[in-house]
Amino acid sequence: MNAPVNLPANTQPVYRFHGGVHPPEMKHLSSGSPIAAAPVPARLVVPLQQSIGNRAKCLVSVGEDVKKGQLLAAADGTVSVAVHAPTSGRVVAIDGQIVAHPSGLPELCVTIASDGRDEWGERSPLDWRAALEKGDGKTIRDYLRDMGVVGLGGAVFPSHLKLGGRDGLETLVINGAECEPFITCDDRLMRERAGEIVAGIAIVAQLLAARQVLVGIEDNKPEAVAAMREALAASGIANAHVVVVPTLYPSGGAKQLIKLLTNKEVPSGVRSTDLGVQCFNVATVYTIFRALEHAEPVISRIVTLTGNVARAGNVEALIGTPIADLLDFAGNQSDSEGYIYGGPMMGFELPDTQVGLTKAGNCVIARSAAHFPAKQPEMPCIRCGECATACPQELQPMDLYWFSRSKNFGKAQEWNLFDCIECGACAYVCPSSIQLVDYYRFAKSEIWAAESAKKAADLARQRHEFKQFREEREQEEKAARLAARAAPKPEAAAAVDPDKAAKIKAAMERAAAAKASAAPVTETASPAVSVDDDKAAKIRAAMEAAAAKKAARAAAEADGETPAAKPAAALDEEKAAKIRAAMEAAKARKAAAEGCAAEAVATPAEAKPAIDPEKAAKIRAAMEAAKAKKEGRAPAVTSAADTPAGDTALANDDQGVAADTPVKPAIDPEKAAKIRAAMEAAKARKEGREPVAAPVADTPVGDAEVTNDEQGVAADTSAKPAIDADKAAKIRAAMDAAKARKAAKEGGEA
Amino acid sequence: MITSPFFVKPTPLQVVMLKVAAALLPAIAVYVHVFGIGILVQLALATATALATEAACLKLRKYPLKPFLTDGSAIVTAWLLALSMPPLGGWWMVVLATFIAIALAKHLYGGLGQNPFNPAMIGFAVMIVSFPAQMSRWVAPLALPAVDLDAGDQLAYIFTGSLPDGLSFDAIASATPLDTVKTALIQHGNLGEVLHGLLFSSGGMLPSQMGWIALAYLAGGLYLLFSRIIPWQTPLSFLAGLGVLAGGMYAYDPNHYTSPLFHLFGGAAMLGAFFIVTDPVTGPTTPRGRLIYGALIGILTYCIRVYGGYPDGVAFAVIIMNIAAPFIDQYTQPAVFGRKTKGAKA
Repeated sequence: MNAPVNLPANTQPVYRFHGGVHPPEMKHLSSGSPIAAAPVPARLVVPLQQSIGNRAKCLVSVGEDVKKGQLLAAADGTVSVAVHAPTSGRVVAIDGQIVAHPSGLPELCVTIASDGRDEWGERSPLDWRAALEKGDGKTIRDYLRDMGVVGLGGAVFPSHLKLGGRDGLETLVINGAECEPFITCDDRLMRERAGEIVAGIAIVAQLLAARQVLVGIEDNKPEAVAAMREALAASGIANAHVVVVPTLYPSGGAKQLIKLLTNKEVPSGVRSTDLGVQCFNVATVYTIFRALEHAEPVISRIVTLTGNVARAGNVEALIGTPIADLLDFAGNQSDSEGYIYGGPMMGFELPDTQVGLTKAGNCVIARSAAHFPAKQPEMPCIRCGECATACPQELQPMDLYWFSRSKNFGKAQEWNLFDCIECGACAYVCPSSIQLVDYYRFAKSEIWAAESAKKAADLARQRHEFKQFREEREQEEKAARLAARAAPKPEAAAAVDPDKAAKIKAAMERAAAAKASAAPVTETASPAVSVDDDKAAKIRAAMEAAAAKKAARAAAEADGETPAAKPAAALDEEKAAKIRAAMEAAKARKAAAEGCAAEAVATPAEAKPAIDPEKAAKIRAAMEAAKAKKEGRAPAVTSAADTPAGDTALANDDQGVAADTPVKPAIDPEKAAKIRAAMEAAKARKEGREPVAAPVADTPVGDAEVTNDEQGVAADTSAKPAIDADKAAKIRAAMDAAKARKAAKEGGEA
Repeated sequence: MITSPFFVKPTPLQVVMLKVAAALLPAIAVYVHVFGIGILVQLALATATALATEAACLKLRKYPLKPFLTDGSAIVTAWLLALSMPPLGGWWMVVLATFIAIALAKHLYGGLGQNPFNPAMIGFAVMIVSFPAQMSRWVAPLALPAVDLDAGDQLAYIFTGSLPDGLSFDAIASATPLDTVKTALIQHGNLGEVLHGLLFSSGGMLPSQMGWIALAYLAGGLYLLFSRIIPWQTPLSFLAGLGVLAGGMYAYDPNHYTSPLFHLFGGAAMLGAFFIVTDPVTGPTTPRGRLIYGALIGILTYCIRVYGGYPDGVAFAVIIMNIAAPFIDQYTQPAVFGRKTKGAKA
């Protein structure tokens, strides 16, 4: 398989990283034949979330004819890239489709029926050479964003964000390691298109003012090494070298490759640029060149089709091509048991072969028992430490396993759980066949869920306290106003002057209207409140100021010794007491209900063996559902999550998404972006989903929460859920009447 | 649902345990040569008891039998225990010891991977504390006594406790080298000539029978070391801890303290170094932790041998340090990737 070509010795030193494993390479299956062009499919499903960050904003509508390369969706914000039509045809649907993600959840996709002509639309080339000359990096970066250029190594991080040179880069690392077994797309690309890769390297090196360029390639790809060396020598890029690194998974991880080539360790949470290094995949620099030179957006990629197929090899396929079409092209065998998207170490099982190819899709493996024998049942951990020996991040996987399993998440974090890159080396070597990575994924998601739940709870409590305070103040003010008005003309009130009653009613209605109008104010204010301490402090200050004002007014009234003062105060106190009692009763009821719900939730959570992440997800979903039901916001959430509203039976999984979503509005955008970025970095390509969910539900859920909070408070005071408008109106009328009676009576006494 | 990684390295638990058991074979062979087939009977008894106890415990705990009975861990425990017991001890001794090891020291704590103490060492310790007389009745190596016990005699003695007519146990008994040293020190106050021929005949160059057994353990241990079944830190630091301390004391006063070689090749030192202190379940997992752990067991072993009431100290030293293993782990956590130097800025 790997022809023992004698490679010229490295001119650059190669360092080593800790651990690593050497699984069977299996690259010979697909590395032999040249890249073929996959046929244009009849139907393409193009997800609009094709990068880390925000989903692109759709610019087309159903029924519209599109040309190849036409912009389908524009970048939305900084961390986002554009999405283009991979071929010419007609947009037949823009809706939620299952995408290549382990969750199997639907995601907004543009479905195109191709017209078979594969006609290019008008291209908008950029005079990038002039821009580069002028040092106008921003124009180039914006252009690349609009061309949909992302990291094709799997992380799909928007490339334009990595090209912002500051004061020159020490080392530009080009990743051609391709360390995962089976995958050969970068290998073939380097062999066949080294010239264009190197042209891309030249552009990137100039943009970043890199002083040194190191191309890292594993020693099992001698042909690629030779091709790249030749092309690099011909290009005349200063101080650029191909460095052959030993074949050791995961040498193609950005951190591991940077360590191999520069001996620098990039800690988690630190950008490699801070250490003077930036890393690009070979396929990414290739697309950068294609985009700039040919004004060609990223509408295709090279994907390895291998495993249990008749004609394993690499194809250049349009983004959005259904995986089933690709498998047919490669000659899928009938006994394939499943399909792995990505490599066997970090990839995932496709939920459906009808999903469209994404920019992250470097490999599709038809899984059969021949290549992937059934795994042994999990045995207990014997702490042999093989996993620690294999861990490239130098973690203690057996301890993390122990902590995750016992749900000791604090300790897991202390043991640097979030430094885990989920490469799977630990699970690969485990003699007890423990699926260690699943435990880490479980622990991470539990920690995220807990953190977001805590933030959401903090926010809700703040809002509730403010609301309670405002309600009380309004009630008291209203009572004071009523009493003040009633006091000067007791006889009129005693006679139950209909005129007077009407006036009182009108005043109350005004107050109600004021309250109602106050609601939208909070609605807009609350999302902004967020967890921002500053703002929270301001609100608290405002509350205190208002309280002080009220106290001052009460004091003034008392001092003034007006005839109204005493009855008003009395009324105030009496009413306040009643309100308080009612509220407490309501609170008690609510607490009891909550207790029940909490218990109901806690029991299954306690009982479950804490292993099955799927189960955990379900429980989370159930908890979310319970919470949602309790708050009466289930419909709001489901609709926000882009599913048919009210379809609760179906909604289980969607509420799983919702479990993540309330998080988002609760976190301030900057922090959210950071968290998201961290999550993405850790979960690599698999995390396409997370940020997707956020934008979908971002504002709607935030709003829904606020509105529901209003309703929650309404339920507290009136001790009746304020859903039925009719009933609510009746209750209000009854209350008004009672109040009027009471006011009249008191007026009479005074 | 199947999740990544889809590949698994084919080195299951059974293979690990099998290799450990295989590494004991040279020592067992030498044992048979030196003491006769009695040891095979002990091994068979221990294996049968271990499997039966394991099966019963699994059944009681409602665990599946097959994966756990075939994982090999019970067999390794049984063999280590049988090799620590007197070769011609009564059948009930090894059976009781194995039962204690599997039922009490292993399954009561939760079974494989959950036991804080080395099961074989607990079994041994309980026996030596409870039956000190029987546990120290070692027969002399076959070559030494005037009377030879054939296989039938050995079997009869193990199962019925009866010896051929006209033979008392004293006639075939022999103290272990460590016992001899202890007795000599108590009786004479110094070692004098007792060391001669205990472990090394003809001037200390060629090993005696007991020395050969230790060498066989060493060979098995080196096999495990080079097939990466056991880490190098624990055996090395254990032997270093024991040897360096013994060497220092020997240099200080050779009349009262035996040579480091005597300590390294005497008693259970070699067995302990490669098969006992390397038990992953009950020891630390960090590289530095393993060094500390091994060294402390070596030092404790020496102290118990020299100052304690028992002739050998490996079992007690191991049990004591088992307690400290999690603590050692806690404070020897290695730095993770990228966190080795503070503010690593290039």
